[in-house]
Amino acid sequence: MSTVEYMRTIREKYSKMGYAPYGWHEATDTPPWTPLAKPLSECRVGMMTTAGTYVAGQEAYFYKDDTSYRPIPSDTPVENLRFSHLTENYLPDARRDPNCAFPIEPLRKLAEEGVIGGLAENFFSCMGAVYSKRRVDEEVAPAIYEAFAAEGVDVAYLVPL
Amino acid sequence: MCLIARYLEERGIATIVVGTALDIVERGLPPRAVFMDFPLGHGGGPLFAAEQQLAIAREAVAALESLSEPGQIINLNQAWPEGDVWKSAASDESADDVRSPRDLTPRYQLEEDRRLAEAAAGD
Repeated sequence: MSTVEYMRTIREKYSKMGYAPYGWHEATDTPPWTPLAKPLSECRVGMMTTAGTYVAGQEAYFYKDDTSYRPIPSDTPVENLRFSHLTENYLPDARRDPNCAFPIEPLRKLAEEGVIGGLAENFFSCMGAVYSKRRVDEEVAPAIYEAFAAEGVDVAYLVPL
Repeated sequence: MCLIARYLEERGIATIVVGTALDIVERGLPPRAVFMDFPLGHGGGPLFAAEQQLAIAREAVAALESLSEPGQIINLNQAWPEGDVWKSAASDESADDVRSPRDLTPRYQLEEDRRLAEAAAGD
């Protein structure tokens, strides 16, 4: 069976609900490239998701172009992980098993096994669904870069919702 | 997420996007990506499937070493446990959506989370 045409389906759905169409970025140029500087088994790995993950005790996300992010300590017990995202219909499984959208336990296991060199002290989440490409370029991306850089990661494991 | 992957990679952090919406990832063209034909919200894997979740993460990090050309997407060929039945609902643009208003109010998963966060903010 062919893959789901999400861009078309979501555009039509939003249009019927009276929301402005969401504009996904469509790139035409060759992406940038950073070669791995060392073997994976020596790399410090960070993770980020756009699933609206937060830790109980942190402020949740709001649903109108929230450009903020949350640091999620990589040793957070899964039972303390929460999700708030404007497309709530994608969240029921993650709310029962956070690893569905924020695979924190698999990454911990790979670090224990030595497949990867180690984990950043903090992982990150934001909510995504920001309508302005300019705000992603000027607010979200630089903040996330600074946060990953401060964690000294070699690799970022990125999980879109 | 593709924009963020590109931004990080331009500045010396290697990235892997672990995606479940092939059309969005193909258009966004991140430097490195793996794909699973799963419902959205399952980039980590199916519910309570610890072994499969681990296999996915293992294959996704391995792709960091095996991918050699910018813009490649590897299909991990991971099987969704209940087959393809989920796709008809995901493709139905008339299906009901669960949504709260788009405003500046934080939307907590649990009411208890709101109390915890407000208490923390008041410290």
